[in-house]
Amino acid sequence: MTELTEEKVIDSADGKVWSQGFIKGMTEEGEQLSEINPESGPLGGSAVKAHSHGDSHGGGIGIPDSSRAGRLTSYKLADFPLITGREEDWRFTPLKRLRGLDRVGVKGQELNGAAPAVEATGPDAVTVETVGRDDARIGSAGIPEDRVAAAAWEHFKEATVVTLPAEYAGTVEDVTTLTLTGSGETPAAAHILVHAKKFATGIVVLDHRGTAVLSENVEILVEDGANLTVVSIQDWNDDAVHASAQHIKVGRDAKVKHVVVNLGGNLLRTTPSARYSGPGGDVEMYGLYFADAGQHLEQRLFVDHSTKNCKSRVTYKGALQGDGAHAVWIGDVLIRKEAEGTDTYELNRNLILTQGARADSVPNLEIETGMIEGAGHASATGRFDDEQLFYLQSRGIAEDVARRLVVRGFLNEVIQHIKVPALEERLRDAVERELAASA
Amino acid sequence: MSTLEIKDLHVSIETEQGVKPILKGVSLTINTGETHAIMGPNGSGKSTLASTIAGHPRYTVDSGSITLDGEDVLAMTVDQRARAGLFLAMQYPVEIPGVTMTNFLRTAKTAIDGEAPKLRTWTKDVKAAMAQLRIEPEFAERNVNEGFSGGEKKRHEILQLELLRPKFAVLDETDSGLDVDALKVVAEGVNRAIDAGGLGTMLITHYTRILRYIKPDFVHVFVDGNIAEQGGPELADRLEDEGYDRFLTVAPATA
Ligand SMILES: Nc1ncnc2c1ncn2[C@@H]1O[C@H](COP(=O)(O)OP(=O)(O)OP(=O)(O)O)[C@@H](O)[C@H]1O
Ligand SMILES: [Mg+2]
Repeated sequence: MTELTEEKVIDSADGKVWSQGFIKGMTEEGEQLSEINPESGPLGGSAVKAHSHGDSHGGGIGIPDSSRAGRLTSYKLADFPLITGREEDWRFTPLKRLRGLDRVGVKGQELNGAAPAVEATGPDAVTVETVGRDDARIGSAGIPEDRVAAAAWEHFKEATVVTLPAEYAGTVEDVTTLTLTGSGETPAAAHILVHAKKFATGIVVLDHRGTAVLSENVEILVEDGANLTVVSIQDWNDDAVHASAQHIKVGRDAKVKHVVVNLGGNLLRTTPSARYSGPGGDVEMYGLYFADAGQHLEQRLFVDHSTKNCKSRVTYKGALQGDGAHAVWIGDVLIRKEAEGTDTYELNRNLILTQGARADSVPNLEIETGMIEGAGHASATGRFDDEQLFYLQSRGIAEDVARRLVVRGFLNEVIQHIKVPALEERLRDAVERELAASA
Repeated sequence: MSTLEIKDLHVSIETEQGVKPILKGVSLTINTGETHAIMGPNGSGKSTLASTIAGHPRYTVDSGSITLDGEDVLAMTVDQRARAGLFLAMQYPVEIPGVTMTNFLRTAKTAIDGEAPKLRTWTKDVKAAMAQLRIEPEFAERNVNEGFSGGEKKRHEILQLELLRPKFAVLDETDSGLDVDALKVVAEGVNRAIDAGGLGTMLITHYTRILRYIKPDFVHVFVDGNIAEQGGPELADRLEDEGYDRFLTVAPATA
């Protein structure tokens, strides 16, 4: 029942199936990677060696260093070595622009700025609390996987906990929105936990705005049978820097739709990961990003299939325009030996609208069992060029309309899957705004 | 009745070796209802003429004029030309990611007509036109030209010709890369557009084959950036027998 939709390579040493970097159609941007911090092979150096720590979810024994399974996880900043920029995990990130988020604890670098102000709206049944660090629920869905997230975990002062009560049945109109407004450039830490109890159905939107230099952990705990949609919008002011580690834990037969929308900010690094705590879990991860001149938008995903009969679908699409616009998409999917019956597919598409923008796209599928339903990935980067513009114009379509037509059509595939009416309109408007800003 | 008039047109392109003149004084007048075949060897400048009429930015007009009913076409942007009634079926139609045929056709029709087409009749028209060109309905939801075969691309160019109803159509080697069956389907489409009335046609081709299905009123032989000879349909028959050799041997002497 194995069905690999992409090329695969069998590593004869341990019989594992690898499949990486396959690019279908259009320009093969993903093949030619632009490392920001060069000097190392694609799988990083000693800094990403397999680690296995006390609370770690990923055990390292017998798994090669390059495997996603071997990556260090820990709540303690001190457990993580300093970031050099040559690690697999950091090679695309322009560290200089992180404004210190990567160097917390080094040479007096602090992470004590005010966290974004939280304002909540939504249905009464869904509770929103501000709690202290010692709240027992913290840590129930996530554990940092990089130094920046660990620093945030050590430094956040208060957390916001959103709880959807058991069997709560929200409709598409019952949206709980946390508006997180940053108000300064002092490096800050934030922590959010979204908790859907058993059989709860609902939608939670995290709407990031303002100015911030922020490192954030978002825990998303989805109990058995729950059906949760979480949309994280990053629509910061132009100067913002935001690293957001979003840890999703999917219960038995639970469904999660996770949406990342990266629009505004100087450097956004969003790292969603999904782990299954029981069989039958179903995760859909959508992403939409629009990188303008000078923006670095990085999204790194990880889906860890460690349980039987779970499903994952990843669809990320991004448009890029302007000098120095850079988007990075890394999609790591690991199917462990015990994850029989896994069904996974991930897709990333980029549309480059102007010269001077670049997209890096790296799907990475590791499969440790052949007893799966299906596993595949696709990645492609297309260009909107002068010939395409000429073609559309030669059919009477004005230049600005032509550009909009192409971008809207391209991003719509993601927008229409979000299925939150209030948001769809806002996102369409945001895309229009991005386009207008370039004109 | 409309008139597309090309007068003493000189066109060059910028190459790595410098400016290269391609069209060297082309004059040609097309009226509504007329079909002109432009025939010539590879590299003689046929596509350059077609692209210059449509306004491709790569080509520089050094002198001469193109007018449509007296209006200066060269002063118009590419989309203005299309809205004025010019249509170019391209030799190599490009793929456009992210835009479905349905969306593209509706947007183009709206731009050309200045108002959105009535949804009910438009959908019906598109379906019928697709069926006549033997285009499977699924193509409506595919991205423009993306993954289309050469023949499928050509059929979609003619689909646009039929739906957008221009005053003048320039068909650049619409016949190349088609097998006989596909050629017939495409030729029928062009003939439908001509028979519908109000259309002047410039049919660019390398081969005489398509002229068995689309009857030209005039034939122009294009050699080295200029019209070397013109005549009626009988000229095409002569080219079929003799090829372009007669013209090519003359070329070095004039150079
Ligand atoms: N971008 C370009 N760079 C360099 N030379 C070019 C370019 N475009 C056209 N040319 C040259 O201009 C001349 C005319 O080309 P054009 O495409 O108009 O010819 P054509 O008659 O359409 O040929 P074909 O029958 O092959 O389609 C050729 O010599 C061609 O090499
Ligand atoms: Mg040509």
